[in-house]
Amino acid sequence: MDNKKDVKGFLEFVYEFYKSMKAHEITLVYEGEITHQITKAFTSLTESNMSKEDEPNSVQRKVFHVMVECLQNISKHADDFTSNDYLFSGRGIFLVSKGENEYSVTTGNAVENDKIEYLTELLENINRMDKEELKELYKKQMKEGRLSEKGGAGLGFIDIKRKTNKELEYHFLPISDDTSFFLLTSTISRSDN
Amino acid sequence: METIKIQGTEDTPKIILDAENEILEISGRSLPEDVSSFYEPVLNWLNDYAENPATKTVFNFKLTYFNTASSKLLLDILMKLEELHEKGNEVVIRWHYPEDDEDMAEAGEEYADIVDVPFEQVSYQ
Repeated sequence: MDNKKDVKGFLEFVYEFYKSMKAHEITLVYEGEITHQITKAFTSLTESNMSKEDEPNSVQRKVFHVMVECLQNISKHADDFTSNDYLFSGRGIFLVSKGENEYSVTTGNAVENDKIEYLTELLENINRMDKEELKELYKKQMKEGRLSEKGGAGLGFIDIKRKTNKELEYHFLPISDDTSFFLLTSTISRSDN
Repeated sequence: METIKIQGTEDTPKIILDAENEILEISGRSLPEDVSSFYEPVLNWLNDYAENPATKTVFNFKLTYFNTASSKLLLDILMKLEELHEKGNEVVIRWHYPEDDEDMAEAGEEYADIVDVPFEQVSYQ
């Protein structure tokens, strides 16, 4: 085996990866299991970066909210799967990017195909709602909803839409006959309003 | 009655439940790893407190951030206070929010809509 060539190829890939991250203005990327420790580490890292850059408080708060809910979505829906496949053990990809006008927080994780319809309906329903309707839905869910075993309250997507005031953009890509990769991206405007 | 004092951390709020000195307060940030077990002692304490409450109960919320899972537990706490109020006790909720944080002020208004307890909004710098 030509080890030297492999290493060179890998390092070239790393450079391409670096350039690609720069081109997409990605400031944080992670693949793996999302735990509470990871959630704390990423939010505090992003928070200290934003504070160094004098980002308005309201923007900092919104980014913090969206990051926590996105990370907890992955960590709390991880155990829905029984397979030992690495895709199904509550892992996912998590990205934060910072453009001139906005931040975006993107997550990706595997879901069973039979959840696609439910998720699509849930997200479309939230996307259709205006501010007042979202507020009522949040209150209703808080009153009537139950915490799941993992502590999910079914409020995360509603909260993200309310905090960002933008549609939740999502996409499903096929992995196999039974599973798909669920991608979700939320953008937070950097103008203080 | 037993006093509960919990120091705040980067992901859990500071909690003081001191019946003797009439200080009931939750402040700081709330995104505990396990919300139910974190807030369980608070709910239990309120159950005990309800058996022999002060003439006037003032409960202060001074949170700077809470996640959606915590929002549900905060409602559970408010509902305990609503029960106390329904039994004829004087209860006031003081919801403190940073003056530039509209979302936190709005969260207080929403809770005030849901529970039937006198609610005071207090902004601070």
